[in-house]
Amino acid sequence: MTPPVTTTSPAEAATDPAELLAAARQQALVEGRGLDERQVLAVLSLPDEALPELLALAHEVRMRWCGPEVEVEGIVSLKTGGCPEDCHFCSQSGRFDSPVRSAWLDVPSLVEAAKATAATGATEFCIVAAVRGPDARLMAQVREGVAAIRAAVDINVACSLGMLTQEQVDELAAMGVHRYNHNLETARSHFPNVVTTHTWDERLETCELVRAAGMELCCGAIIGVGESLAQRAELAAQLAALEPDEVPLNFLNPRPGTPFGDLPALEPREALRTIAAFRLALPRTILRYAGGREITLGDLADQGMLGGINAVIVGNYLTTLGQSPDVDLAMLDRLSMPIKSLQATL
Amino acid sequence: MTAPHDGAVTPGATRAEPRYCDRCGEPAATGTHDGCARARALEPPRYCPACRRRLVVQVVPTGWTAHCAEHGASIG
Repeated sequence: MTPPVTTTSPAEAATDPAELLAAARQQALVEGRGLDERQVLAVLSLPDEALPELLALAHEVRMRWCGPEVEVEGIVSLKTGGCPEDCHFCSQSGRFDSPVRSAWLDVPSLVEAAKATAATGATEFCIVAAVRGPDARLMAQVREGVAAIRAAVDINVACSLGMLTQEQVDELAAMGVHRYNHNLETARSHFPNVVTTHTWDERLETCELVRAAGMELCCGAIIGVGESLAQRAELAAQLAALEPDEVPLNFLNPRPGTPFGDLPALEPREALRTIAAFRLALPRTILRYAGGREITLGDLADQGMLGGINAVIVGNYLTTLGQSPDVDLAMLDRLSMPIKSLQATL
Repeated sequence: MTAPHDGAVTPGATRAEPRYCDRCGEPAATGTHDGCARARALEPPRYCPACRRRLVVQVVPTGWTAHCAEHGASIG
């Protein structure tokens, strides 16, 4: 893999931790303004001794600007595997020697999955397809699936179908799709080391089309794909500039057969520091625990919830398994964090 | 070695002997598969433990199904 390009060294951004946290408190907590790239890099470079105080501040910021409610979501893969793109972390690329085979979910199964998700108290159900962008067949399947779910289940429907044309954006909005997910994945400067079959700017273009159409934008990242701390800060700033409604934070779960299959999982304290830093960069945004948190954080998931996270994906992911929804719901109960109601999401 | 099917086998399907690791597809008797077993706590099976065919796997929020063209489906 090409070594990451560092634009600013941690040392350049280093400052006294107490001074940094005091400034962050004033800016993010009191004023509700996100930290900029340089400040985020300084936060990412804080020593482990400062982590408890950092997490506490991020939690205060979340509580002040987002409230105690937690948004719960389930996701399902409508079309699995065989993707023509080469995202180096993804087991669904058809370009790698991955054991994941192509599969399509039928509409009745999609509705059943939505029902099971709603039964957990979730307010969002995201339909995902491993594609560069949707073709006519996929759009037809999505149209049928969204209509069937909306007729049978009281839940917001979101989609993640890759890069869209203006016509497809308009059609999804007309279907009643509540939110569209399209991740930037990583910093613009690191993207060519992660994906070569499309560009970061193409991803940005779809995000901007979604926003312009009035759908909520869910735009997140995958952390731990060889980016430097400076690039992680760059990513936080690029996400903040986009002003998404939601930022899902994935942590690399190295998948067999992919180019990143041998990268190490992120160290837990680094993951927690990243969560807190992204909260301070995005004080008012839904910040969601997404894939990879189980292998990255293990039993420390509570600390992330008390360090800036205010949304979770419950149950399984697209090709890997998560914890039982009961485990996550028990965690929220233990932390006295109520599940956001459907009315509160509209 | 991971279990051949840690979910229920659908009616009519054959429960096969675990000749292959259902995560990496290598012979179950060759080497250690402890890492595979640990990983399988958060992954569905990918290879049929009887014939090593790659399984067609569908993961949904509350479970998964894995289908082998020769040995049928299992669910978890």
